[in-house]
Amino acid sequence: MIQVDEKGFYGSFGGAYIPEMLYPNVEELRENWEAIVASPTYQEEFQSLLKDFVGRPTPLYLAARLSETFGAKIYLKREDLCHTGAHKVNNTVGQIILAKKLGKKRIIAETGAGQHGVATATVCALMGMDCTIYMGELDIKRQRPNVERMRILGAKVVSAISGSKTLKDATNEAMRAWIADPVGTHYIIGSVVGPHPYPEMVARFQSVISEEIKWQLKAKEGRENPDLVIACVGGGSNAAGAFYHYYNESSVRLIAVEAAGHGIHSGKSAATSVLGTPGILHGSKTLLMQTEDGQVIEPHSISAGLDYPGIGPVHAHLHEIGRAEFVGVEDEDAMKAGILLSRTEGIIPAIETAHAIHALNQISFNPNDLIVINLSGRGDKDLETYIQWGNY
Amino acid sequence: MNRIDYLFQTKKERVLSIYVTAGFPNLEDTLPVMEAIQAAGADIIELGIPYSDPIADGPTIQESNTQALENGMSIKTLFSQLVGFRSKIHVPVILMGYLNPIIQFGEEEFCKKCKEVGIDGLILPDLPMSQYLEEYKSLFEEYGLFISFLISPQTSEKRIREVDENSNGFIYMVSSHAITGAKAEISPEQEQYFERVANMNLTHPRLIGFGISDAATFQLASHYSQGAIIGSAFIKNITNSTDLNRDINSFIQGVIG
Ligand SMILES: Cc1ncc(COP(=O)(O)O)c(C=O)c1O
Repeated sequence: MIQVDEKGFYGSFGGAYIPEMLYPNVEELRENWEAIVASPTYQEEFQSLLKDFVGRPTPLYLAARLSETFGAKIYLKREDLCHTGAHKVNNTVGQIILAKKLGKKRIIAETGAGQHGVATATVCALMGMDCTIYMGELDIKRQRPNVERMRILGAKVVSAISGSKTLKDATNEAMRAWIADPVGTHYIIGSVVGPHPYPEMVARFQSVISEEIKWQLKAKEGRENPDLVIACVGGGSNAAGAFYHYYNESSVRLIAVEAAGHGIHSGKSAATSVLGTPGILHGSKTLLMQTEDGQVIEPHSISAGLDYPGIGPVHAHLHEIGRAEFVGVEDEDAMKAGILLSRTEGIIPAIETAHAIHALNQISFNPNDLIVINLSGRGDKDLETYIQWGNY
Repeated sequence: MNRIDYLFQTKKERVLSIYVTAGFPNLEDTLPVMEAIQAAGADIIELGIPYSDPIADGPTIQESNTQALENGMSIKTLFSQLVGFRSKIHVPVILMGYLNPIIQFGEEEFCKKCKEVGIDGLILPDLPMSQYLEEYKSLFEEYGLFISFLISPQTSEKRIREVDENSNGFIYMVSSHAITGAKAEISPEQEQYFERVANMNLTHPRLIGFGISDAATFQLASHYSQGAIIGSAFIKNITNSTDLNRDINSFIQGVIG
């Protein structure tokens, strides 16, 4: 059984390794989140927003030409059609209602590519809540349009200038900001990372993805379980959502796709399952890329959303017990897969998502296999990267 | 007897602990800085193990961590620098560090080395008390290492009592809702919190840290507790120092008068 235990561990990974200053905040969440989320008033608001604001259920689309290309029956779970363009908003909608019920007045969040930042700024605008987004100084320069989207939505974007000035440092800054205002602020973490209960809570909000896949597949194919589910992994939230209701269905192969950058062993990669070792990152015990001395290494991926030196503890556990197969896709191959999907299906994917598409070339499957790929986001935010790559 | 307990038995007030990042400003400054801190009259030295992602620390200490790492500091190097330091340093020395580098070094090996060179205690901000009790308590005790847990204005009375029960030596009282960093003044709310905890009749002495920076704030903290910890203000003072002995002496003398 893949299940979080009472202390927040999935096997040997997870927990809450946090400074005492954050203990009351995290305790408050741990003690209350499940009861609040289970309450009828919460569910009513959550379900109605998922439907009318996010645009759920998202289609499960039979990609006929892609299927023909690869010789299997391939469905795409269209998270790219969510409002704001990616799965991230499932989680921010879930957390903002929770924050409101906890009486919080102010929201903070970290962001790398800016997708989670935009999804957070969006729900803050929706709820009329004060919003501050921490973003690495380098990412602010790399992801200009998303920075402006957040500002248009009324969020304040704060530049994280410490360390390597990217996602991990933005996360550090958000944690520091939370320490500074523990009573009034809720921290919306954007992936299945951080101290318990965040990894499980975020996974639960994203689990709507596999919940829908189950009934949609049943209606289309007469079966709830595909043979394979494929998703990309940065921190691992879209993958956790796509895998969630299949964790304990052993006939379903779970394929987790990491960014291999210039090559897994090139020194410019984000393939944590291969390069990572157990340690502590952002409050949980997990696999992370680090030096022999335990200093966190700055990863590389062409997609900012996969450019993270760790993976969520649930993925470290899936890796540890061999429940999921981990595949590393290189920058160049991901870009090619992005073009391929654009040309065969008329869908320009986010570059994160393009990694999951390319994985079809790197795994084995049978011609009659039923494959679901989680199409985590659309490529609008990545136009500049596609243009600079230029090979189309 | 552990040097920390001995200190608090013989000195009941105005105890000054100075935090400095190991290997800062230069790699080989660790020992000379410790000697200067002791010579200037501080009572405890808190030696920071630099880390790439110090989430409880403000900009000044973050930058000193980054600098120390660039200088080449690591736990291995630190222990090699500390070999024989007890021939010169008699005040209690505490290592402050985040858990990850210690896990990579090996927790047992770390404790063994601490004991070998003469470290008295540990402050590990991201090791929660529950995890300590489960995984580390017996190990630290085996090697005679004290541990001080933190409390903050948000810490409930019940938990403060648990911290009192499980800490050794002293309790680290974080002065405000904040990360480390020198601030100018202490607010009336902070004073109320200091007073509330002072009236709890805890078994362990308390040192107040975060935002203590000069004679005035040290005096105020000492009014409500056995003393204080100064980090960021001290680091700032030595950052561009051309004469460490002189600047450390004048800083510490300026605080304790
Ligand atoms: C479209 C898309 N997919 C995937 C990710 C990676 O995040 P996670 O692994 O949490 O799904 C991101 C993050 O920004 C994203 O924008």
